[in-house]
Amino acid sequence: MPSSAALKAGTSSLDNAPREPADTEALQDPALLRRLLRAKDRMDAASHEAWPVKRLAEVSGVSEAHFARSFKRAFALPPHRYLLTRRIEQATTLLRDTDLGITEIAFATGWESLGTFGRTFRDVTGLSPSAMRVQARANLPEIDRVPACVLKAAQRPDLTTAVLEKRRRAAKATVRPSIKEVT
Amino acid sequence: MNQGINVVGLYVDDQDEALKFYVDKLGFRVHTDVRNGTYRWLTVQHPEQPSFQLGLFMPGPPVHDEATAQTLRAMVAKGAMPPLVLSVADCRASYEQLKELGVEFTQEPVDRYGSVDAGFRDPAGNGWKMIQAPKRA
Repeated sequence: MPSSAALKAGTSSLDNAPREPADTEALQDPALLRRLLRAKDRMDAASHEAWPVKRLAEVSGVSEAHFARSFKRAFALPPHRYLLTRRIEQATTLLRDTDLGITEIAFATGWESLGTFGRTFRDVTGLSPSAMRVQARANLPEIDRVPACVLKAAQRPDLTTAVLEKRRRAAKATVRPSIKEVT
Repeated sequence: MNQGINVVGLYVDDQDEALKFYVDKLGFRVHTDVRNGTYRWLTVQHPEQPSFQLGLFMPGPPVHDEATAQTLRAMVAKGAMPPLVLSVADCRASYEQLKELGVEFTQEPVDRYGSVDAGFRDPAGNGWKMIQAPKRA
């Protein structure tokens, strides 16, 4: 039941939905895991495409509700956030290996706007796309003995927290004038 | 060769299914297939690599307790095992051929600096990269 404080704070009712304890339990059923892996593989193969839960659930052959919950239990992060890590990884690779412009990279990796891409990329990696390009290229000579496909995966961001949460924490850490304190 | 790596094993959830996959689809040969009760030591070989055997092993007793076996099966099924690499002469030709046989590809052939690689999984979930080395000038 949502508390009155939560309602006053304007949080969505979704945030107050009761959490199923099973969400945190690791999934062990090999047959189900193998099907979920298929959906994860499909996101890997085409991370620039849109992957609504419905589409992913179809790949795995399970219901939408079951899919979202099971995926998180299997891979420790929700499917959309997993997709985000792949898009950032792909963008980083394109920044390093090609001369495509930032806008082209944003669209090629599945973002619908340059602004969202730039903001999300910075939130996740701590660098702007152009700064990442400079840094990734500077490190290039040392890593050319790792197979390219393995290297790419190794540079995937580790998104254990939601991007919004990351953004919130980063904002908290900086001292900003508060309206409340102006009395 | 007298010294070197001789056997490296994979975990699979079904040895019969794995055998069919590695032999009938990938074209490996059976090297050893022996049983002792429920335990089955099964290794296959790439036809061009007689000094190396790939083991296709089932997690389970007597080697593992049931909880450990369960964990290992889960790890394989969610693709958490280490990367495997298969060298091929012509990645695109092998891709077409294996796809025709129903191999589950996770990545179509991609050119990377002169090499070509594709990705597939065995029925259990073990992930393979199939790499064609760059041509020597």
